Amino acid sequence: MQLIQLIIDGVASGCIYGLVALGFVLIYKATETINFAQGDILMLGAFVAFSLIGVLGMDYILGFALTVVIIAVFGFFLDSVVIRQIIGQPPFATVMLTIGIGFILRGFASIFWGTDIFSFSTPFSGKITEFNGLIISYVNLSIIIGTVILVTVLYLFFSFSRIGVAMRASSENQLAAYYMGIPVKFIFSLIWSISAATAAIAGVLLAPITLVDTSISLIGLKAFAAAVLGGFGSIPGAIVGGIIIGIVEQLCGTYENYLFEGIREISAYLVLILTLIIYPRGLFSDKAEVKKV
Amino acid sequence: MRFIFKTNYAQDINIARHGGDRLWYSLLIILMLAMPLLIDDFYLGEISYVCILAIAGIGLMILSGYTGLASLGHAAFLGIGAYTHAFLLTNGIPFFASIPVVIIVSFMVGALIGIPILRLTGMYLAIATLALCFIAEHVFIKWEHFTGGNRGMPVPQPEIMGMSFYDSATFYYVCLAFLILSMFAAINILRSPTGRAFVAIRDSEIAAQSLGVNLGLYKALSFAISGAFTGLAGALLAHYIGYLAPDIFNIFLSLTLLLLIVVGGMGSLHGTVFGAIFVGYLPQLIAICRDYLPSSIGSQPGLEPMLFGLILVLFILYEPLGIYGRWVKIKLFFQLFPTYKKQTFKKQKVFTKSDRV
Repeated sequence: MQLIQLIIDGVASGCIYGLVALGFVLIYKATETINFAQGDILMLGAFVAFSLIGVLGMDYILGFALTVVIIAVFGFFLDSVVIRQIIGQPPFATVMLTIGIGFILRGFASIFWGTDIFSFSTPFSGKITEFNGLIISYVNLSIIIGTVILVTVLYLFFSFSRIGVAMRASSENQLAAYYMGIPVKFIFSLIWSISAATAAIAGVLLAPITLVDTSISLIGLKAFAAAVLGGFGSIPGAIVGGIIIGIVEQLCGTYENYLFEGIREISAYLVLILTLIIYPRGLFSDKAEVKKV
Repeated sequence: MRFIFKTNYAQDINIARHGGDRLWYSLLIILMLAMPLLIDDFYLGEISYVCILAIAGIGLMILSGYTGLASLGHAAFLGIGAYTHAFLLTNGIPFFASIPVVIIVSFMVGALIGIPILRLTGMYLAIATLALCFIAEHVFIKWEHFTGGNRGMPVPQPEIMGMSFYDSATFYYVCLAFLILSMFAAINILRSPTGRAFVAIRDSEIAAQSLGVNLGLYKALSFAISGAFTGLAGALLAHYIGYLAPDIFNIFLSLTLLLLIVVGGMGSLHGTVFGAIFVGYLPQLIAICRDYLPSSIGSQPGLEPMLFGLILVLFILYEPLGIYGRWVKIKLFFQLFPTYKKQTFKKQKVFTKSDRV
């Protein structure tokens, strides 16, 4: 029973990793760049939500929606103004650029909001439900349900909507998509904005658990492990990878005494490195498999 | 404009390209040797720090600037070098015996990590080294027997020929000597077939492979050599800091090293020195900026990472070849005056899907 309890907690935190990893995957599939600032966008989302809900006293749902819109617009312009300029340069340049942006965002947040730890009230805070002796907090429930809804919406969007199909086409083959009259640049910026919005949603859902401060941007690094484990470039893989990382982290934390002290904090990174060494394709890799040399 | 009349193939890989080089670099070395007579102890310490940064920069430059692989984990190598050196000195190993051990240990660690991960494409290395940086920081905290954990670890200051490291002139000469040696080692590695293979990998992996370069081997070698240089810098850094704590070797230090090579100029050893000077004096520059900003912003701890990130982004976008690139451009402008063309340095764009061949 304790194991199931742990797994449920792990799934909840894993969903957050999964959502952030989803952002990586969307951008990677489309533009072949890795956005190292994803975790910092998550942090920005949490801070914006705190400003809207905690400071301005907005309704939770309204504040949530507004946060997502603000961050999505931010993501759109981040691509069309900054990232666009170095498309086509070696991967090193993109890595450096997004890392730089990440540090700017983190520095900006700590100057603008300060280094204190904030929290804001949500309809889920402090409530729990019991089910067959399992204790499930509303916060965890909200994260799991939120992830399921988001993934369903994204699935429907990519399968049936015109823009979603255009996005898939641009990811598949830029040049062909361009010839078919798809505005590829606009579509790419839109993908960045969806990815940023996903991170913002993860940030707001996470806020009641970890509270809001600049250190939550580190989630982005653990989400790398999720993305790599799921096979970089696979959307279901990102979510499943995230959930696995979440569960592994919970288990390592609980059974720390049997392993070695402090394994919890680095378990995600260990999984990442082991995946790269043993099975670099990842669990759900599609045809775009990792090139080995 | 100077035209070099080449009569011999060996001239292509000479260390000094022409007499002018020999003259200016000799003068520079004489100036550096005379430095303790010219300036006081505080600034001497600063210059020693710049020398240490430049050695670490050479390491990262070989990996990123010449082999085209991004590493976000070089703080881990600095840490490995620093802790190994401090541990050996504490156990009574003399300074000049400890340094080779440090270099070998960092080289081995680089090779061990590099061999499995470098078989994958470039992006994965950035992610894996990021993970490495966190794991290393964690190991430094938890492996108390070796590192002293969060309590930290004092670094013994040895004596060389009766001169203590506490004397800043002695320490300065040690750092300078290691910088010059590292520079020569790096130049020699880069003009050897190994270095040519690195550059070939950077410019086109496929072309390099078709010319018979074993990609996995040379990437791992590049990572290991890079780790060895950075480990050496770490050993000297241990003396500079004097007291090691795990949180020194965090991701921010890795970012500082990346900033160093980007600002200095990717793909040039001159760039490491320019970058080291820039990064070494940046904290003072920021301190001056703080005085002019309103105190509500100026006193924030977030200012430093933000400025680091901002400088990084601006250089990547507007001056991708860094300070050294700017210097080359200015020099060429005057050499070719008035026929200089901006397009000379325009970067050729590659097809985005290159990773998925």
